[in-house]
Amino acid sequence: MQTLGGLSGHALERGLRDGRLPLCVGPYVYALQTDQSRVIDGIGLLYADFPLAAADDFVDYRIALRQRGIVSRLRRQVDFYFDHQRPFAPVHRDTAYASLEWGMNWCVSTGANEYLKLHAAVVARDGVAVVMPGVPGAGKSTLCAALGLSGWRVLSDEHAMIVPGTADVIPLYRPVSLKNESIQAICSFAPDAVFGPLSRDTHKGTVAHLKADLDPASHDTRPLPARVMLFPKYAKGEPQRLSARSRTESFIVAAFHSFNYSLLAKTGFRAMQALLDAVQCYDLVYHDLDWALRNLDGLHRQVGAG
Amino acid sequence: MSSVLVRSLLDSAAVASLGSAELNQLIPQGRVTDLLATLALRLQQADKLQQVPPHARRHLESAIVVHRKQRQDLAYEIKWLRRALAPTGQPLVLLKGAAYLQAGLPWAQGRMLSDIDLLVPAHAIGAVEAALNASGWQSGTLDAYNERYYRKWMHEIPPMAHPGRRSTLDLHHTILPPTAAPRVDASLLLRDIQPVQEGLFTLAPADMVIHSATHLFHEGEFRHGLRDLWDLDRMLRDFAGQDPDFWRHLVPRAEQLDLLDSLFHGLNYSRQVFGTPVPSSVVSQAENWRRRLRKPLMDFLFTRALQPDQPECRRPGTALALNALYVRSHYLRMPVHLLLPHLLRKGWMRHFTQPADGEPVAGKQGDK
Repeated sequence: MQTLGGLSGHALERGLRDGRLPLCVGPYVYALQTDQSRVIDGIGLLYADFPLAAADDFVDYRIALRQRGIVSRLRRQVDFYFDHQRPFAPVHRDTAYASLEWGMNWCVSTGANEYLKLHAAVVARDGVAVVMPGVPGAGKSTLCAALGLSGWRVLSDEHAMIVPGTADVIPLYRPVSLKNESIQAICSFAPDAVFGPLSRDTHKGTVAHLKADLDPASHDTRPLPARVMLFPKYAKGEPQRLSARSRTESFIVAAFHSFNYSLLAKTGFRAMQALLDAVQCYDLVYHDLDWALRNLDGLHRQVGAG
Repeated sequence: MSSVLVRSLLDSAAVASLGSAELNQLIPQGRVTDLLATLALRLQQADKLQQVPPHARRHLESAIVVHRKQRQDLAYEIKWLRRALAPTGQPLVLLKGAAYLQAGLPWAQGRMLSDIDLLVPAHAIGAVEAALNASGWQSGTLDAYNERYYRKWMHEIPPMAHPGRRSTLDLHHTILPPTAAPRVDASLLLRDIQPVQEGLFTLAPADMVIHSATHLFHEGEFRHGLRDLWDLDRMLRDFAGQDPDFWRHLVPRAEQLDLLDSLFHGLNYSRQVFGTPVPSSVVSQAENWRRRLRKPLMDFLFTRALQPDQPECRRPGTALALNALYVRSHYLRMPVHLLLPHLLRKGWMRHFTQPADGEPVAGKQGDK
């Protein structure tokens, strides 16, 4: 299958300027269009290993990031378009790349009700997935990035897509979004990690995206069974621990961090039940990434053996 | 050539033969007009949903899920509203989408809502607002100017919201701003309300049609224009089938409410876009020399606006038509000596209060 990285620089640029580059992201196809060279560079770097869809395939999400009119040009603003509509206020062009990534998340967050969607990072090793729900700032993306750079496969840093009635997770890999101190933390963890454009002064501070599809199976679309639900919490002052937690309480927290648990009504409840029946639940309180990784490797061996 | 969305709405069997280019238009068209769930449920009922290729189908099925939740939330909200309004002795009268759904009108399956619209007599608005406040609905936080603008010039009070349930409520005391040219006597509407459930009312069929048309053809923003026209087409077909006298009473009623202009547009464009079987005698009854004279211009504007806002549906002059209709909606809302200062003020406020970068702009409350 042809990947985006297989295109010449010229073909990539022309494809993105014309909006004729259908990109396979998990089970979905995005068509991206932009006139921003920073965004083109970012996509060329971070999406190089993504498969391209055929020209006449169905496009799920049509997205554009471009300047509109003279006033917005003078203000150096860029608009985000979905279905040719502008659901958000314009952003400064220096943060356009972050808007692209948020916009791509937003499409899945507001649609895609064929799955139970948890706000969670998902990683896997040897075909066994770990779902990591967490509030923003809990350190799930940082942990997800570190795992992705250490031999784990990243399925998503934002959406755990569960097939209702099963514990199967649908892979939806996209670059991992890191904010503020996390960027430095990952840079020191893996000095040769590949980052996309840096967006400063966004409403979430400084944001950068990490290329984390290092596992050769990163763009495989087959579902993987979840066996662990892990609630990470980055806390400097607290003792580090990996400890079991109750399923009932995990159910409630996971439901709270779901995009569509209540929207799915009874289906949502049953889907969450099926998922929680199949996973072991843990708390992970950490401040040292190496320590966290060692313990997760241990957990993986234990679950794999059991 | 009508859009693939309109063709699919009218003929469920047609979707089976759509090519990939057309499917790539159908889903976005349904999404931007908010007609995706309507289409999905029509296909499901005709047993054609399974014939849509799976990649496009999942978007249709996803829209059904959202609609089901909205319906459930609506029924729940109505329960609370009924309780809240009980001490005021006012009947609970629903307008538009919430009314169509709660009345169980078969064609309203899939109708999406953005809020719940209620109609109460002008003299009771204070009591109803107080009762709603007492039950947890909060009047929207608007700046002083917008607040005054609503209270003085509008047919509704600023949108109310229930923070716990995240529902929004528009409380109307009539169906057009008092500053608009038509002199609508809302008490006529309230006199003819129809019970649909215990303690729950909607407008009478003819009034529902007239209100729907009035709302659509005073609108300045047509994102959901096609959906509102679809409502009109469906209710005309439904009501005419239920009551043999329906057509005979429609035009006189619109005349009595001073809303014949809107009804005339409604009948015309519903016929043009969806082929609604309106008897030609009814159309000519609604016509006069003034409407006939204006018709070519109105046709130019509305045939462009009542399309899904997608590139393949744009025609030469679409942007011009949308701009002209935006200006028209303000002009219809209030006379020029009130409108000009208002627009200047709004322009000023918009210029100096930019939304923050990346903030959602859709569904912003209370902006007129």
